[in-house]
Amino acid sequence: MSRIVFFFQEAFRALRRNGAPTLAAIVTTVVTVTLLGVLIPIFQTTQAKSDEVRSELNIQVGLYDDATPAERQQLQGELEALPHVESVAYISKAEALATLRSEMKDKSIVDSLNTNPLPSSFEIKADDPANLKTIETAIIPAGANGQPDPVSPIVNNIFDRQQASEEIEQVTSALKIVLTVITALLIVASLMLIGNTIRLSIYTRRREVEVMRLVGATRWFIRWPFMIEGLVVGFAGGLVAILVLWLGKLTIVDPLKGGDFDFLSAQDTMSFPLLVGILFVAAVLVSTIGSGITLRRFLKV
Amino acid sequence: MARSRKRNQNEDQPQRSRPRRAPIIELNEVTKVYPGGHMALDRVSLSIGRGEFVFLVGPTGCGKSTLIKTLIRELDTTEGSVKIAGRDIGALPEKKIPQLRRNIGTVFQDFKLLPNRTVYDNVAYALQVIGANRAEIREQVPATLRLVGLSTKLHSYPDQLSGGEQQRVSVARAFVNHPPLLLADEPSGNLDPVTSIGIMQLLYRINKTGTTVVVVTHDREMVDNMRRRVVELYEGRVVRDEVSGGYTEESTTEFGMRMRAEMGVGVQGEGQTNGHSHDHPLSN
Repeated sequence: MSRIVFFFQEAFRALRRNGAPTLAAIVTTVVTVTLLGVLIPIFQTTQAKSDEVRSELNIQVGLYDDATPAERQQLQGELEALPHVESVAYISKAEALATLRSEMKDKSIVDSLNTNPLPSSFEIKADDPANLKTIETAIIPAGANGQPDPVSPIVNNIFDRQQASEEIEQVTSALKIVLTVITALLIVASLMLIGNTIRLSIYTRRREVEVMRLVGATRWFIRWPFMIEGLVVGFAGGLVAILVLWLGKLTIVDPLKGGDFDFLSAQDTMSFPLLVGILFVAAVLVSTIGSGITLRRFLKV
Repeated sequence: MARSRKRNQNEDQPQRSRPRRAPIIELNEVTKVYPGGHMALDRVSLSIGRGEFVFLVGPTGCGKSTLIKTLIRELDTTEGSVKIAGRDIGALPEKKIPQLRRNIGTVFQDFKLLPNRTVYDNVAYALQVIGANRAEIREQVPATLRLVGLSTKLHSYPDQLSGGEQQRVSVARAFVNHPPLLLADEPSGNLDPVTSIGIMQLLYRINKTGTTVVVVTHDREMVDNMRRRVVELYEGRVVRDEVSGGYTEESTTEFGMRMRAEMGVGVQGEGQTNGHSHDHPLSN
């Protein structure tokens, strides 16, 4: 028990004495944790949004208006049997018009239509948007004479969003790579910074370590005060960073919620307390274990 | 002064009552070759009995410090065995090394005090490290500081002390847990002759409590004039191991007096009590 008190006394004595390096270590931790706290939600939001957009990609198979319910049923069965098809939904003419109406700002355009120009259709979703092209060619394969030869006579045409799909794919994957690289660099840089700060702190106290070894201190006895020091630095840095993140959330992110810029509050990001908790634990562990590992070279007998 | 005796007669010296036990230090054909090929110790064999006071002398670079370092396993030997109190320390697992060091007090030329701690804390530190409880610390630290003559400077910091006083603190730290063996590597290397005698006197006093003391020095002249066992190293070999002048049971005061006389300091006037501010009336 008195040992634990001794270790804490030693750690706090050292922290007080090495004010500048301690502050540097804390600031490094604050910056790293804050940046990670911003980047992780952005990363997750990007991921979630791109998944969401991709999941909306589909093929619409337009039907002739004279298709009978029996023909429709048969076609639906055939479509569902195709490889890579995840779901097939029938959208009647009336439903299509209702959807259009709800999407239009100016309802009067729809209302001014005397007839319903929209065809009934099947909406096909693929297991992966990349397979949409395959499905498309399966529905309207090229015939013997080079003319399109649909699987069913009621199939009029196919609308796809191939172009959009490819663009989205490119943008999101580029964004993901950039974000991953930035995050990785940031983590490496901050680990090295923290390691360096710890090494500096140990270097200034190598005499103390020398004396400890001389009078017969065990390795763990020497190590504990340093690890407690790291713990305190990680704790303080983590706490300040969380405060910064919380203030940022309160003043910047929360007001945007519910407005047009709903992007930031995508429901797929982890909750704020969880994020903060993980970051805090990581900050404390990294600086504590970092101290312990850095000490190893000084403890060689 | 030419009454040299052979080394094996050392066993006759006034040992503290104990029957024959393993010598506290026993080196057997110890060789140390540094990476790069420099041979610091060349088949050194040496035996030091419990309670002895031994000088280890030789010019700079002769292997004295290497020898000391092998005794606390700061360095591993290349060949040969080092036994402390009958145990081969080369075979000691790394975990046991702190235990070994707790039983060996060490004093160095540069004192190795912690500048941000008071005299009291510096000495108490050695006890805290070995897990002594508070009551022990409160009892042992002032007692040891009294022994070295620093009971009035408990709360001074090392930089407020003279070199001699700092070395006394260092001796106190080495001795506070009463180790059976005390190694002093050039303890007076940074000190003037008068202060050096004070430190030697202190080490002698510690020796009288039963602790074996090994003092490393390159000051052959001083050592030659003292009636203690002298081991001389030259280029890694033991070239002399003998007693100059023969042992006599003498008090610390007499020891100091003789040393002063032989070094030609502080002999005029009223004898031993002048000269050095740290000398206190001695108990034995």
